[in-house]
Amino acid sequence: MIFFQQLLNGLQLGSIYALVALGYTMVYGIILLLNFAHGDIIMVGAYVSWVVMSRLQLGPITAVFASVLMCTLLGVVIEKVAYAPLRSAPRLSLLITAIGVSYFLENGAQLIFGADGKNMNAIFSIPNLTIGSVTLSSTALVTLAVTIVAMIGLLMLVHKTKMGKAMRAVSEDMGAAQLMGISVNATISFTFAIGSLLAGIGSVLYSNIYQMATPTMGSMLGLKAFVAAVLGGIGSIPGAMIGGFAVGFIETFVSAAKIGQQSLSVWRDAVVFAILIIVLVVKPTGIMGHKVREKV
Amino acid sequence: MKKFFALLIVVAMALAITACSSSDSGEAGTNGGGVNGQSENGGSIKVGLLAPLTGDVAQYGLSVASGAELYIKEINEAGGINGKTIEVIKYDEQGDATEAVNNYYRLVDDGVVGIIGDVTSAPTVAVAQASVEDNMPMVTASATDPSVISYGSNFFQACLNDPYQGTTMAKFAANELGVTSVATIYNTGDDYSIGCNDAFVEQCNELDVQVLSQEGYADGDVDFNAQLTSIIASGAQAIFCPNYYQDDGMIVTQARTLGFTGSILGVDGWTNTHEYTDPENLYDCYFCTSFAIIDDEKINEFVDAYRAENDKDPGNFEALGYDAAMVLLNGIKAAEDAGLEAGTDDYKQAVIDGIANGTVAGVTGEISYDGTGAPTKSIMIVSLDSGSPEFYMNY
Repeated sequence: MIFFQQLLNGLQLGSIYALVALGYTMVYGIILLLNFAHGDIIMVGAYVSWVVMSRLQLGPITAVFASVLMCTLLGVVIEKVAYAPLRSAPRLSLLITAIGVSYFLENGAQLIFGADGKNMNAIFSIPNLTIGSVTLSSTALVTLAVTIVAMIGLLMLVHKTKMGKAMRAVSEDMGAAQLMGISVNATISFTFAIGSLLAGIGSVLYSNIYQMATPTMGSMLGLKAFVAAVLGGIGSIPGAMIGGFAVGFIETFVSAAKIGQQSLSVWRDAVVFAILIIVLVVKPTGIMGHKVREKV
Repeated sequence: MKKFFALLIVVAMALAITACSSSDSGEAGTNGGGVNGQSENGGSIKVGLLAPLTGDVAQYGLSVASGAELYIKEINEAGGINGKTIEVIKYDEQGDATEAVNNYYRLVDDGVVGIIGDVTSAPTVAVAQASVEDNMPMVTASATDPSVISYGSNFFQACLNDPYQGTTMAKFAANELGVTSVATIYNTGDDYSIGCNDAFVEQCNELDVQVLSQEGYADGDVDFNAQLTSIIASGAQAIFCPNYYQDDGMIVTQARTLGFTGSILGVDGWTNTHEYTDPENLYDCYFCTSFAIIDDEKINEFVDAYRAENDKDPGNFEALGYDAAMVLLNGIKAAEDAGLEAGTDDYKQAVIDGIANGTVAGVTGEISYDGTGAPTKSIMIVSLDSGSPEFYMNY
């Protein structure tokens, strides 16, 4: 039964990583940019929840909408201000800009809100489910459900709508897509909006579980999600999900594992980043990725 | 060319050294208490204050200094010691052991009769070793390293050791809460957490309290669900969580979310934990500390005086600084009462004896010494049961 609860812990943690990894993967899939500011968008979302709930006392539903909306807007603004002018620049410039944006957001938050964490109340409080002797955390179940719905919604969007078709076309060949009459700029903005919207949902779930916003919370979260995206195969939407859940499970089981009396939990981050190295060395395309031959 | 660069580096380093030694490293001669060190009738007594006022650990130094200065100001306003005003000479040691020893000698040259300091453990150890030769009476507010009092009988602590808190909480759990099995979760990258955890486990073994699980985590972790699930599955009645408040808040939240209903125990790093979790999670949570802002006459008086002077709330370090000054001045009073002349060996010894034999009623508890430089004082248990800190008992 403890195994079952640990499984649920892993799913809960994995859900957050999966939502963040989806944002990474979508942006990478389209403009081949590792958007390192993505984790920090979640941080901004968490602070928005805190401001709305603890400062303005506006209630959880407003908080959910405000943070999702703010994250979406922020994603689009970052794209327009920082990345769009560099569309034809070398990819390295774009990557460095992403790191710059990440630092800008972190230090900006520290300047505005201070270095100390901000605590907020749980956004949804649903009593835990008790089945026999097992208590199932309702937070974990809600997180899992929301993530699965978001994932299905995203797959529908990419595969069933016209905008999705445009996104796939742009990711295949930007130049050719433009020649076919697709507005590349609009499509990229839309991609950022969707990625950041998912980050917004992630930030709401994160705030609900950990009830804390700190200026640097996005950096480690972003890195772990990046590992998840690479593990799953960067650019692949189901891959990001699988990668996210895999990293969540691995972390949980490393934390729970013991050798004799010695708890292995301090090895958690080391194991996750070792996976990144192994994947990059052994199978750089990840679990779901497929090899694309360089066109000359 | 190589030689030229080598020469250049040597010159640069030499310049750097002279620059360091010529720059004044402290705010020398700051007078305590706004009386400008003037004698009302019988001169003044010089007391040294050694603390990091700039640099990485400045926050602790500034806190201790502000507490100590408040007490000295109050004494001066009440007429000083036998009519003599206390003059504070404050030097900044920047958190550095070498600077600390240099500034210690400056204070000796300035003719102080006793020193409040140092603040952090490493520089304090260095100063403690230097001070033995002069038999200089010294009281540290906050250096918890047990070795600082091992060099000579002239050195006293106003604070309790970290491990002592772990020991106290183990006794409290066994004797007051009637707990028979516990688990711990602590930051394995922090000496303070490790020290408290080890002492707690050791004391539990002595008291036949079963330690079912010891879980670790790393700096910066936010997800403790895996460790807490293991703890809950082990059936422990209480969790000992000797960490800093931000982590503690998240651990309490997650433990309650996972359905843990037993006691959660902490140490003085818990001071602000109630601001980092929902009040309804805090039932059966206790921690020990030498100081907390609770409704108590002596503490209210201190808090009001501190707020009036500094425009913020005092914490542990401010309270310990205040008490360290009280301990030292109590010793000086003994020497003054005996009519000895400041600066003589007899005077210093009288101050040391005065501290060793005296008892002061500080804001962090009643402080006395039984033959060593470590204080015997009660430690306060604070209950968070109602959602905010409340005095529970002295232990």
